[in-house]
Amino acid sequence: MKVSLFVTCLSDNIYPKVTEAMARLLARLGVEVSFPPGQTCCGQPAYNSGYWKQARESALTLLDAFEDSDFVISPSGSCTGMIHHYSKLFENEPEQLERTARLQSKSYEFTQFLVNVLGVTDLGAVFPRKVTYHPSCHGSRILGVKEEPMRLMKDVRGLELVPLPFAEDCCGFGGTFAVKMADISGAMVTEKAAHVLETEAEVLVGLDMACLMNIAGNLRFRGEKVRVMHLAELLYEGVKGA
Amino acid sequence: MSGPVKGGATVKARAELALNDEFLRKAVRFTTERLRNGKKKASEEHGNWEEWRERGRQIRLHTIAHLDYYLNLFVNNARANGVHVHFAETAEEAVKLTLDIAKHSGARSVVKSKSMVTEELHLNHALDSIGVEAIETDLGEYIIQLAGEMPSHIVIPAIHKNRYQIAELLSKEAGYELPPDTTALAGFVRKKLREKFLEADIGMTGCNFAIAETGSMVLFENEGNARMVSTVPKTQVTLMGMERIIPSWSDLEVMATLLPRSATGQKLTMYMSGITGPRRSGDADGPEEMHIIIVDNGRSLQLGDPEFQELLNCIRCGACLNACPVYRHIGGHAYGSTYSGPIGAVLTPSLNKNIAEWDDIANASSLCGACYEACPVKIPLHDMLVYLRRRKVESGHGNKLESIGMQGFASVMGSAKRMSGIVKLGKLGQKLVAKDGEIRLKLGPLKGWNTYRVTPSLPKEAFRDQWPTLESELRNELREMKPDMLERMKQVAERQKQGGGGGHHG
Repeated sequence: MKVSLFVTCLSDNIYPKVTEAMARLLARLGVEVSFPPGQTCCGQPAYNSGYWKQARESALTLLDAFEDSDFVISPSGSCTGMIHHYSKLFENEPEQLERTARLQSKSYEFTQFLVNVLGVTDLGAVFPRKVTYHPSCHGSRILGVKEEPMRLMKDVRGLELVPLPFAEDCCGFGGTFAVKMADISGAMVTEKAAHVLETEAEVLVGLDMACLMNIAGNLRFRGEKVRVMHLAELLYEGVKGA
Repeated sequence: MSGPVKGGATVKARAELALNDEFLRKAVRFTTERLRNGKKKASEEHGNWEEWRERGRQIRLHTIAHLDYYLNLFVNNARANGVHVHFAETAEEAVKLTLDIAKHSGARSVVKSKSMVTEELHLNHALDSIGVEAIETDLGEYIIQLAGEMPSHIVIPAIHKNRYQIAELLSKEAGYELPPDTTALAGFVRKKLREKFLEADIGMTGCNFAIAETGSMVLFENEGNARMVSTVPKTQVTLMGMERIIPSWSDLEVMATLLPRSATGQKLTMYMSGITGPRRSGDADGPEEMHIIIVDNGRSLQLGDPEFQELLNCIRCGACLNACPVYRHIGGHAYGSTYSGPIGAVLTPSLNKNIAEWDDIANASSLCGACYEACPVKIPLHDMLVYLRRRKVESGHGNKLESIGMQGFASVMGSAKRMSGIVKLGKLGQKLVAKDGEIRLKLGPLKGWNTYRVTPSLPKEAFRDQWPTLESELRNELREMKPDMLERMKQVAERQKQGGGGGHHG
């Protein structure tokens, strides 16, 4: 069975350690992964801004790259969620639509794959820190990833999970929204970061680097030292040290 | 359709005003939180909320799909009950019909219960222009009428005002100083309005639901003012959007379960009135004459449009506003129209024929989907916002700079080689501005972002550059898979081939 990494453009170019951690965790579980190099971006920035012809160009790289994969695993609920919008993007192209349906049926966000496909929640990780969790909107609302990360964190030895106030509120990223509506987005991320600080957690963890880049960006801007990590990084650090 | 709007021509400009208004933001946060928590509690207590939502959605989908049939049924039954039914294709027609009724009955004053459709039509101004006094009798509506403002929330029109601001407004009206105490303020308004109820020639209402099978109209309210409006004056005029129909009273049970819980977290509003025609002989009260004006005003543009027809399913509960993190920070007036929040951002351009030319209202969303999650009839507002953006772009009304940027995006992301090439250029470019892994420059495209954040710089190597090394390391780290895990993977792979599988739940 061919398990492929859908690295996402953000993790590929800015946060390579996230996908690396994900790949190493999978190797420890006995999953051999491949990296089809033709993939670029899911197309979400263009799709959400209304530029569907342009989104199509980059969506096609994913359809091509994962044509013969059995499982496609990404470290982002938002990018995996975008694949489900391809039904709309390609609605007038029967051939692409068929490939789209195939890609949708084999695509998983990282924690979905661990918990729902492999059936594993305890990776043997140890992480004795106070942690708070931001559930990203697209992962939790479009993909329905809610319980999976909770179960994984519950099985990490020493991890103290502190609830984030207003956790389900968007961090204000929203792709081009953060640029086009900079002040509204700024107000949203400022409030989100304040909620993170309120928890007095040492670590903020999440499943989507776009949101985490946004929140971390504001925390650093304020000079705050809260560590911001993808759950894959946290788990990998936890098993490495165990 | 939008009335006089403070603070500029775009959402961005108007939002700027709101973001600098700490009173407004605090008031909006306070009340939306209360409503949001109330809804959460009420829906959890009721149980099977998802099933109720789906049932509500199905009723609305069915009704709108057969709207011609149910409208006809409603109208025939209402007429048989003795109601004068009128149709208005445009706002102008609706206003003219209303004014004609007012003139015909020689009315000097109108008392109104809360109605968003009359706000949409700017009826108060129109009545005023022919010398008829129109008084809002819902407390929130009364407050914004005194302030000369539009409602900033579908359910709580004066949500943006705190009690000190309200006390100031009402004191001016009273001619003496009222304390900023909710009971005292409401007491003043109650006394004041009682006189108005008794004087009024016409009672004007909106309509939450119109029941096709009996030609009845149903109102949900908490203050009892709608009951006064619909029983005391001699003439009743009800304005309703053409989509307010539901087939039967048993469908109302579902709507009565969904609407108050979603709107205010109440199991039921204090009053729910069903009105079937004017006063009959033997009735203790009720109007002698009753009119219903059914308003299109852009609604039929949605009929037959697969991307927007579900918009007509909206039951105006305001839950999407309370859930929206953007509304939370900018309030309702920033949306620049009668309807605000996520539903307003979609409804306002959709009710207008110039859908693609509308200002940046559809951009005022991070597409987080909280609106969809909150909606009791599951309208996919977050998808509709994207369709609006696409229509704007494809009709040539997109932002020029963005359009150039997106061409670049397509070219770069259309090929992994080109993407890598651009990223390498970026690494060279950032040498001038990156320090300790961060970029703090507030120039060009980074200006907005870096006003609130720092930007991470590009690492030495992208994941794809590391892959050859990582791949060989992974081969060494690879452990043997547990047999049960392997078995699960095989089963899932099999399910996927039959069209199941994948991580999609939403």
